[in-house]
Amino acid sequence: MTHAASSPAPETVPQQRPSGQPFLSVRDLLVHFPTVDGVVKATDGLSFDLARGKTLGIVGESGSGKSVSSSTILGLQRGTRAIVKGEILLDGTDLLSISDEQMRLRRGRDVAMIFQDPLSAMHPYYTVGNQIGEAYMVHHDVSKKAARARAIEMLDRVGIPQPDRRVDDYPHQFSGGMRQRAMIAMGLINDPGLLIADEPTTALDVTVQAQILDLLQDLQREFNSAIIIITHDLGVVAEMADDVLVMYAGRCVEYGPTKEILTQPQMPYTWGLLSSVPDVAGDTESRLVPIPGNPPSLLNPPSGCAFHPRCAHLDKVPGNLCRTDLPDLTPATTGGNHVKRCHLVHPEDVWAKEVLPEIAPELAEQNQEPTA
Amino acid sequence: MSHAEPTPAAESAPGEQSSAAEEIIPDPGHVFEAHGQSEADFSAKPILTVDNLKMYFPVKSAGIIRRTIGHVQAVDGVSFEVRKGDSLGLVGESGCGKSTTGRLITRLYKPTAGSIAFEGTDISGYGSRQLLPLRRDIQMIFQDPATSLNPRHTVGSIIGAPLRIHQVVPSDKVLPRVQELLEVVGLNPEHYNRYPHEFSGGQRQRIGIARALTLQPKLLVADEPVSALDVSIQAQVINLLQDLQNEFGIAFLFIAHDLAVVRHFCPEVAVMYLGKIVEIADRDTIYGAPHHPYTQALLSAVPDVRQASIGGRRERIRLEGDVPSPINPPSGCRFRTRCPIARDICARVEPPLMQVGKRHKVACHFAGELGQHPATPVTTGVLGVDDEGHDVAGAQRRSDLLDHPGYQDTWLDLKTGQPVGS
Repeated sequence: MTHAASSPAPETVPQQRPSGQPFLSVRDLLVHFPTVDGVVKATDGLSFDLARGKTLGIVGESGSGKSVSSSTILGLQRGTRAIVKGEILLDGTDLLSISDEQMRLRRGRDVAMIFQDPLSAMHPYYTVGNQIGEAYMVHHDVSKKAARARAIEMLDRVGIPQPDRRVDDYPHQFSGGMRQRAMIAMGLINDPGLLIADEPTTALDVTVQAQILDLLQDLQREFNSAIIIITHDLGVVAEMADDVLVMYAGRCVEYGPTKEILTQPQMPYTWGLLSSVPDVAGDTESRLVPIPGNPPSLLNPPSGCAFHPRCAHLDKVPGNLCRTDLPDLTPATTGGNHVKRCHLVHPEDVWAKEVLPEIAPELAEQNQEPTA
Repeated sequence: MSHAEPTPAAESAPGEQSSAAEEIIPDPGHVFEAHGQSEADFSAKPILTVDNLKMYFPVKSAGIIRRTIGHVQAVDGVSFEVRKGDSLGLVGESGCGKSTTGRLITRLYKPTAGSIAFEGTDISGYGSRQLLPLRRDIQMIFQDPATSLNPRHTVGSIIGAPLRIHQVVPSDKVLPRVQELLEVVGLNPEHYNRYPHEFSGGQRQRIGIARALTLQPKLLVADEPVSALDVSIQAQVINLLQDLQNEFGIAFLFIAHDLAVVRHFCPEVAVMYLGKIVEIADRDTIYGAPHHPYTQALLSAVPDVRQASIGGRRERIRLEGDVPSPINPPSGCRFRTRCPIARDICARVEPPLMQVGKRHKVACHFAGELGQHPATPVTTGVLGVDDEGHDVAGAQRRSDLLDHPGYQDTWLDLKTGQPVGS
């Protein structure tokens, strides 16, 4: 565990991963749950990289496997019947091959998680300070008094007023935003290199959400952590993430830099996600374009491309390809690190000519001008 | 009042009722008939007028003798109007009283004070017997479809319950009507025999909507109808609600915290803070030129997908701290503890909800567009106080400009400080 000592100052963090080895590298991760009804393929071949000081946004509907994938990084599938395959390389160590005891030493120290609902993630019977301090005592040989002092310091750092008094409060005495701050304090107390935030602001109001997102960004700059932020709010992703991974039915369907994914998406599911949220500045007369149907069951996902039963662009692919063949993750036409899983030959044309005019006519016009 | 008649009359004539229930679209004529005059500004008369509505929940002490030691002022003097077939959006942070307002209007709570006039009749003091016929006209859609449907009842029984309670149709006609409603909300009519757990979240919300539609309400209170749903499903449900509104002319009170969804659905929006409406206006004004610092902060906090093309975070107005406790709210303006432009007057005098445009009311002493807040309070002339908030001898509160639930023909021009007319 050398990261704490070797963390460079935020300014000197290279934009691209240093010398080939990313901080976190997930390779072909597969998480299957055998059940009486069959195997639930929660995650089926997921790969991504993340450098220190960078943020990855994972988006997708409920049941698309985004939470399962990230909790596997934390080793929460250990001790269950889940079948986990693939590699999770954190700083060069495969988290899937180390023993439970070694994983326990890393959990909370190298990898920490912020859960969605802080009221149910915190123990109602212990004080907030007790729980935050415990996270510190597990990994450091310190007295209770020192742990408590450290807890107060962290509560102060995440912006809780009068931390020396509030440290003895119980979780129910905190407001929703303060509880989430306390969760963040607990997650960051050991200065982890990787922080997984599972829907950290979904249960919060917009003003509190803005505070929490600001806080996460400040702390990321300070501690130079890598952050995985799981959310369904594309606005949060747009403002927080450097890279975006779009998940559908346990697989990555589109992955690349945030700017490209949100401005030039090349996969119909991403189009659907973008078109089904109203915009605070959009045209109010226009109708929302929902994705028809429901997310598929992971017990028995559709053949071929899992999205084909809900896809509006099925007719643009010759033959029955979408129904029979699972498309590979191929580089998008925008180049770079942008990959997509779709059979469409010219998705950029479909996006520019059909989808964009429908969801953001004014943007479509802007884009037309330079080409014309 | 003449329009009190239709509801009790309908109750005493079950024959008439069932024939009315068979047509899906309620006859719009009879509502308009009940109201003699129509307002100049707006095409439709208000179906709901809420005036100075208050809801205080008692806080009891611990121990055997549970004395009341205070009150949670959940809703404290809220006034607004909802016009027929229109939708009013109610936004605000959790704990601001927006859900309580919705529950007061459906009369799930009995208000502490104030009036709720539905089609001109004040229903705020009605008992449960008087409310029964009214339940046909005011229905509610709840936030969480999983907990608002009885897990041990079939969908047919859930949707059919209002029909049976109100004896709208003969018992052998309940099932065909239920199937018709399932079809209206986009569910398979053959699934009436299934239980709620057999449906997905979006489908369950559709069941909740079907149940609310059974009695062809004139007003639907939708309390966060889409916030528990996935984004792709949200759009489906919003489109469904819009279709239903256009088809049946239902007025909506749409309660949500998602500002983008409210903007999409509601032509008029009210922003609540700590039990009070701080700003109410048409959609373009609220989102384009908000005058209250809280509305401005709220809007700047919304993350924007389009930020992706620029990168990084937007500049936003940071609101420090949390919403104060409604048990002991701040004096004067309730937002002053977090307000970036608060002054002495804000602690002394509560700013009234004052009309400052044709369809725009705001409750702020320093109301103005972002960055252009005036240097002196704009409310002094109307309230009869000086710039520091002290009473001025002989000055009167101008109630002609204040204290009306709807919009008036004259309002205070913020630039001149004088009342102007349309």
